[in-house]
Amino acid sequence: MNPIYARRRRKDIVIRGLCIGAAAFGVTWLALILITLLYNGLAGLNLQIFTENTPPPGSNEGGLLNAIVGSLIMTVLGVGIGAPLGLFAGTYLAEYGRNDKLTSVIRFINDILLSAPSIIIGLFIYGAVVVPMRGFSAIAGSLALAVIVIPVVLRTTEDMLLLVPNALREAASALGLPRSLVIKRIAYRAARSGLITGVLLATARVAGETAPLLFTALSNQFFSLSLNKTMANLPVTINNFVQSPYAYWKQLAWSGALLITLTVLALNIGARILGAERTAK
Amino acid sequence: MAVQSDVIDDAGPYDRAKALSAFKLGDLTFYWITRLSAISVLLILGGIIVSLIVGAFPAMKEYGFSFLWTQRWAPSADPPVLGALGPMYGTLVTSFIAMLIAIPVGLGIAIFLTELCPQWLRRPIGMAVELLAGIPSIIYGMWGFFVLGPFLANTFQPFMIRIFDGVPVLGAIFAGPPSYLSLFNAALILAIMVLPFITSISVDVFKTVPPVLKEAAYGVGCTTWEVVRSVVIPYTRVGIIGGVMLALGRALGETMAVTFIIGNSFRISSSIFAPGTTISAAIASEFAESDGLHQSGLILLGLLLFVLTFFVLAGARLMLLRLEKKAGK
Repeated sequence: MNPIYARRRRKDIVIRGLCIGAAAFGVTWLALILITLLYNGLAGLNLQIFTENTPPPGSNEGGLLNAIVGSLIMTVLGVGIGAPLGLFAGTYLAEYGRNDKLTSVIRFINDILLSAPSIIIGLFIYGAVVVPMRGFSAIAGSLALAVIVIPVVLRTTEDMLLLVPNALREAASALGLPRSLVIKRIAYRAARSGLITGVLLATARVAGETAPLLFTALSNQFFSLSLNKTMANLPVTINNFVQSPYAYWKQLAWSGALLITLTVLALNIGARILGAERTAK
Repeated sequence: MAVQSDVIDDAGPYDRAKALSAFKLGDLTFYWITRLSAISVLLILGGIIVSLIVGAFPAMKEYGFSFLWTQRWAPSADPPVLGALGPMYGTLVTSFIAMLIAIPVGLGIAIFLTELCPQWLRRPIGMAVELLAGIPSIIYGMWGFFVLGPFLANTFQPFMIRIFDGVPVLGAIFAGPPSYLSLFNAALILAIMVLPFITSISVDVFKTVPPVLKEAAYGVGCTTWEVVRSVVIPYTRVGIIGGVMLALGRALGETMAVTFIIGNSFRISSSIFAPGTTISAAIASEFAESDGLHQSGLILLGLLLFVLTFFVLAGARLMLLRLEKKAGK
């Protein structure tokens, strides 16, 4: 083999090795995080977690009931407010405003909001809701989550509706169906699994969000269903417990972290399976 | 939807005019609902900017531009002295180190996934990397706090400190003592967090390279690396830069992963193994207990962060749009 070619081969092999190493590096982190989570989280996972409220300082009794319920309420409310808005906005972008100047501006701004730091969203809701309402509240937390949901749902809705073939819309219009029904009956139906994927991804995104809740919903040591008061939630509870001096609290934090991660991963995988079904069709 | 069909049914089969007007009304309502929802995105952006400026105004008036180059952060002094230099330094340094690690690794994974990986392994690895992106940031923070921090402080940090001891410049960057809470630990967690963004965008843009270009290069005898370096990367350069900037935007604003392990120290130290703070970590750890000028100062920090990430993300989007246009033609 001539020496130039041999050198090129060697270089190629080294770089290939590095790329394989990089892939192994990425997968290793995921594995490490999941293993430590399972190892530490499973140890404390028992029925008590789901039936008892967060413990007072120093106590070795108690679970995460109030935090779990609070997280569920705020996630559902956040998605409930944000998803329809995002869905309608995405509909406008894909159906009415395809060649609009407004559409490209909104798409651009939306893409920026999609990756905007979530702590900034928290500051925004603090100024816009918490200060006028004179207090931290669950509704402020839900609104903060809704602001995070909107861009995610908007983006997927627009993408999915743009995939629906125009011939379907034209056929419906030719039968005399008005525009709004063409969208609702034909386009939504054709893109249904894609739209659900978007909502699932948005739910996964907000289920573990901590930063925007830190000073909107705050947290609550007790069980509360009132939307006007502070509400316990898993991420902020974990945040507080990790930094606490009590071993039992740290144990609860690990269990809570495991719960959140499993939920989020399940939502992500579910969304991906739905999405994959769609492209396979 | 249900309301609409009732309207149509009520109109009856023969009342054409009534049905048409019901359609018209339904059309108009739906159009405006969607249009107003779309405009609400602009309102949110406007709301964010206005509420940050209103909240930050007292601090702006008090400190003016000296806020940017004051290092001291003493909210309980009388009057409070607040300066953004420490958090800004921490934000930029951690993001810079994170990108230094994440860019080569992220691109390496993307090259592996598009050029080297056997077909059956592509989906599992791609999925694993994307799941990394789905893990909530507080989990990264917690993991960094309990697992990664102690590990680095006992192994990697003493090693680097010993190697570079006495070397000019590098000796100051890798100065001891090792610490559970440090800029470097935060940066490494950030790198792991943004890795999936770089990888998934790079994989997407690598796929836009026309196969015939790559085949031509392989045909004249190029090795895989030469194809990647001379065909794939030049063709997708703009998209890669866009993806990197998107990841940078994430890294700059990431909060929970950093707050636990950065140490919340406003002092600037030349060593990356020393504790520091970032803008988002400072807000996260102090905001709930702050009031008056202190709170306003924190909101001003938030405004700085927002402006910074806005420009980085806008730049990223413009780059990616340019590539989309190129791929579209």
